[in-house]
Amino acid sequence: MSSNAALNMVALGTIVRREVMRIVRIWSQTLIPPAITSTLYFIIFGAVIGSHMGTVHGFAYMAYLAPGLVMMSVINNSYGNITSSFFGAKFQRFVEEMLVSPMPSWVILAGYIIGAMVRGLTLGVVVMLIALLFTHLHIAHPLITLTTAMLTSMVFALAGFVNAVFAKKFDDIAIIPTFVLAPLTYLGGVFFSISQIGEPWHTISLANPILYMVNGFRYGVLGISDVNIGVAYAVMLFFAVVLSAFGMWLLKRGIGMRS
Amino acid sequence: MTDTPALEVDDLRKTYSSGTQALQGVSLRVAPGDFFALLGPNGAGKSTLIGIISSLVNPSGGDARVFGVSIRENRSEAMKLIGLVPQEINFNQFEKPFDICVNAAGFYGIPRSIAVQRAEKYLKELRLWEKRDQPARMLSGGMKRRLMIARAMMNEPKLLILDEPTAGVDIEIRRSMWQFVTGINAAGTTVILTTHYLEEAEQLCRNIAIIDHGRIVENTTMKALLSKLDVETFVLDTSVLPESLPQVTGIKVRRMDDHTLEADMARGHDLNSLFTALTEINVTVTSMRNKANRLEELFVRLVENNNKEARA
Repeated sequence: MSSNAALNMVALGTIVRREVMRIVRIWSQTLIPPAITSTLYFIIFGAVIGSHMGTVHGFAYMAYLAPGLVMMSVINNSYGNITSSFFGAKFQRFVEEMLVSPMPSWVILAGYIIGAMVRGLTLGVVVMLIALLFTHLHIAHPLITLTTAMLTSMVFALAGFVNAVFAKKFDDIAIIPTFVLAPLTYLGGVFFSISQIGEPWHTISLANPILYMVNGFRYGVLGISDVNIGVAYAVMLFFAVVLSAFGMWLLKRGIGMRS
Repeated sequence: MTDTPALEVDDLRKTYSSGTQALQGVSLRVAPGDFFALLGPNGAGKSTLIGIISSLVNPSGGDARVFGVSIRENRSEAMKLIGLVPQEINFNQFEKPFDICVNAAGFYGIPRSIAVQRAEKYLKELRLWEKRDQPARMLSGGMKRRLMIARAMMNEPKLLILDEPTAGVDIEIRRSMWQFVTGINAAGTTVILTTHYLEEAEQLCRNIAIIDHGRIVENTTMKALLSKLDVETFVLDTSVLPESLPQVTGIKVRRMDDHTLEADMARGHDLNSLFTALTEINVTVTSMRNKANRLEELFVRLVENNNKEARA
């Protein structure tokens, strides 16, 4: 490993460590509320309402719902972690600690993305364990389950980073999750199969990128999907590449950070 | 010692998106090992200049080289050589001082085992070791400023930039901070200081640049600058002074209180006539010193002249 590569690895490890310590330090904000929310979803949508729903694609509604709720948790927590953490660093100005250091932009971006993925995927595992209290799950395709969860977490961590870069006040990091992320998630196949809805909503739903992520993951867990799994990967990879490039560009230009 | 300047700023320009021209072609050179003062009134461009050198502000034109390394062509290498103590508090207030220092070292690629040793060293030297595990928001203002110095030392920089580090800090802490900084300067670290306490700059710095309206209006040695003063002020501690003071040709005498008087006199003029006049009225001089804020007079004069030129 070259000298600069070794330095960058130390710097990357420092950001990841700091991010993980932050998640642990404020565990009552970062880990507990999402777990409680997911449990309530399982009780209300799964046990209470779901008992009247019959089966979806041959699976009990509770089992069908579980991958959707896992992905919803992954999406919300990956996004929420990076927006609050990076915007907090901007707000308190300690982002400058990193900007004045020799770290290249990709290290800063990768550090925050990995930190957000740690929280997103940790909560994904927690919600999966909660799901096992309510239903039996057999992972059909473990590799697809893992990669779709990781890619989705990465995409929403990157999207959250972009949001945090442009945010000027705390309201700005709440607007997108409330008015964009929540509707797209709720309409993205978390709670239902798009085969159950008529036109034009079926076609409109196909324009929602979250649909591909949720269904990709559901294919990994249950072996069923409303969309082609190849297309789902293509959508995730497309957003991962485009948002990574955009995030790097923002950091290099110092937009929202440097004068 | 190498001839490569610690800092070489070449025609640096900055125009903000608002249209404000913060820097209008600034060039200066800081020798290695120097203790250099960068002075100027508020809004003169000091923080913009420091921001560009430390890569917090994007320049509109020109370049700066840190020990020969261009900040535009090789930012990463240049940043390895710099330690910055900014004007505003900019650490995570929820972290502990120890973690802030260790993390700062990590950003420079310094392995954790070394970072831990350095954090202990600099927190002890800056008298913060006892506070290492307290959330940083619980520290006093002076402690926060010292923490930023400790953090800036974690990469053991060859060039330490201090942007008004003593603003709002009490005199005792200020003195201990200067003791630390003069120590590291003596050990070879080049120091650039901006401050509004001009007596601080006068006492500490060997060379000086004065910036105003985004331009360097003076760049010389402290000694050469102070020699431009044609009037010197002495402070005399005396026995009880009478109400009316003697008139002495060539010396302007002011009564400050019952035991202190100030005397303004042209450079080169002797003090004997003043002592003679005081002796005649039975006033004994117990001690005498040169008034320390001579630089303030020059600073005000230079900035006023520059304002007149700007208006003309």
